[in-house]
Amino acid sequence: MQQKELIPQLYRNEFRKMAAVLCRLFGIEHITIAEDIVSDTFLLAAETWGLKGIPENPVAWLYTVAKNKAKDFLRRNDIYNEKVTLAIQHAANAKNEFEIDLSNTNIVDSQLQMMFTICNPCIPPESQVGLALRILCGFSIDEIADAFLTKKETINKRLYRAKEKLKQLKVKIEMPHEQEIGSRIDNVLTTLYLLFNEGYFSAGRNSKIRKDLCLEAMRLAYMLVENKTTNKPEVCALLSLMCFHASRFEARIKPDGELVLYNEQDRSLWNKELILNGKYFLNKGATGSTLSKYHLEAAIAFWHTIEIDSIEKWENILSLYNKLLIIEYSPIAALNRTYALARVYGNDTAIVEAKKLSQDHNHLYHSLLGELFALTDNKKAIEHFLLAAKLTRSDADKKVILKKIEKLNQKVS
Amino acid sequence: MKEFALLFRNESNVGSEITPQQMELMSSKWQHWVGGIAAQGKLVSPGSRLGFNGRVVQPGDNVVQRPYAEINQILSGFHVIKTSTLDEATEIANDCPILSIGGSVEVREIIPMNN
Amino acid sequence: MNEFVLIFRNDFLPEAKFSPDEMQAIMQHWQEWIGGIAAKGLLANGGNRLSSNGNTVKPNNIITDGPFVEIKEIISGYIVIKAADIDDAAEIAKGCPILMVGGNVEVRDIIPMNI
Repeated sequence: MQQKELIPQLYRNEFRKMAAVLCRLFGIEHITIAEDIVSDTFLLAAETWGLKGIPENPVAWLYTVAKNKAKDFLRRNDIYNEKVTLAIQHAANAKNEFEIDLSNTNIVDSQLQMMFTICNPCIPPESQVGLALRILCGFSIDEIADAFLTKKETINKRLYRAKEKLKQLKVKIEMPHEQEIGSRIDNVLTTLYLLFNEGYFSAGRNSKIRKDLCLEAMRLAYMLVENKTTNKPEVCALLSLMCFHASRFEARIKPDGELVLYNEQDRSLWNKELILNGKYFLNKGATGSTLSKYHLEAAIAFWHTIEIDSIEKWENILSLYNKLLIIEYSPIAALNRTYALARVYGNDTAIVEAKKLSQDHNHLYHSLLGELFALTDNKKAIEHFLLAAKLTRSDADKKVILKKIEKLNQKVS
Repeated sequence: MKEFALLFRNESNVGSEITPQQMELMSSKWQHWVGGIAAQGKLVSPGSRLGFNGRVVQPGDNVVQRPYAEINQILSGFHVIKTSTLDEATEIANDCPILSIGGSVEVREIIPMNN
Repeated sequence: MNEFVLIFRNDFLPEAKFSPDEMQAIMQHWQEWIGGIAAKGLLANGGNRLSSNGNTVKPNNIITDGPFVEIKEIISGYIVIKAADIDDAAEIAKGCPILMVGGNVEVRDIIPMNI
């Protein structure tokens, strides 16, 4: 493999491992230093390998350099030396000559601990997602900016503020006690869910980045499932939900970024393996007495993987949306319920219910009404689609809506 | 928005002559009705369904070994919803499936807690 | 531990029957009683106090103004507690200050929702 491809690939796979281990070792006050040391290691790799060629074992090379840099930093830096060494002695119960442990077990442990540290409601959700992308997923600042469709400086500022806040609150990098995991894991799942949705539903144009976000969220959820203490039913349910959604990834976005609606997707493009994985984790999550919103959403997503539209399918989806809304209201779930209602009881019933929703400012609401009127009242359907086109901020959505209007106009003439 | 409690009552012996099919239909109607309230963002808490097991504690250390019977009706559950007015809450209550089996819904404004 | 609802009833009388000082004392009793339940970790849900503002909806679109008053007592509020069984819950209810003003407490078991 060429160095040009090798380094970005190693960066994606190894940055997060080294960063998590060093963060945990240094403590919350020094996570920026940990990040910098890992970044410097990759810079040095790029320089050195360019001159001398790729070493025999590039990963071992990176680990050795990172370890040495970490030790150098600790020895050289008088100001931090005392604090950090203390922290290390505290954390690892180490002797004077400490070893930096980059074993697989320690990497996984460190990553899990960092997950609980970062997914902390004391910092805003978008900062949690940003920090997770940086430290747990090894995204560069450029990639994060790209994912959020914003400027690099904005991301830098956001991450800086988040780290300051964690520092200020002296958040400890450690696993919660076993009894606490049940309540703390909710925050982690919320962040992973946001991370996944950012990739799946965001209006970002770059479909490669979007897919990566989803895969990263799934990888992190899988780490939680793999770990004995964090393998909770709701974690399995969330992973199942992600698998079902991801199974439609190829079918729902055209190569040029255009969205394909569920009804119009080429079902042969649905990923059968991911659907199977989704079922597997849905079953695994069906233990215990907790019925989380992830269970309900996963069950809804499961019914969407059934290709044949039947009354049974839509009755089940409707019932699941009822239950979901009773647990937690969201405008999108309310609209989806109304759509399911239309499939079970017909469009007229659904239109009556839709009008009670007071979502006049939501483009999705008008898209739904456009859809519901399309069979019976062309004029009203077009009116609603036009409102939807006016209200949406996503170009991809707009394209789909304008296509609908075009079709309806053809029907008229 | 104000909060209102919906208190459901029906006859205390209802249930004895209901078939499992009717039961299932009733529970699906019920879920549908509550789902519709939730879809409008007006469900505050789904409250509780009450069993037929009950006691009434009265002054003077007096405990009656059955639920409180108001004429021939007992309380069967409650929900809390939020709407702008009592009338709007009453309108929602008027769609409650319990009315189809002769029950009633009492709509009561909740006194906001200041603690 | 199971959950039980405690339902408070008293005479339907104009609320201004008590002087401000008396009201203050009653509130104090309530707070102490509920605080005691909460301190034991037995308060599952702080429940609600209901104002006398209300409507009652009956089958066939019959809507009457005011709370449900088939009998002279109305529901004035409820809380949800945890207790080993219904008699244990009734024991807790015996401490309720409503008993001091001639009201009563209904204790009811909860049917788990299979949502």
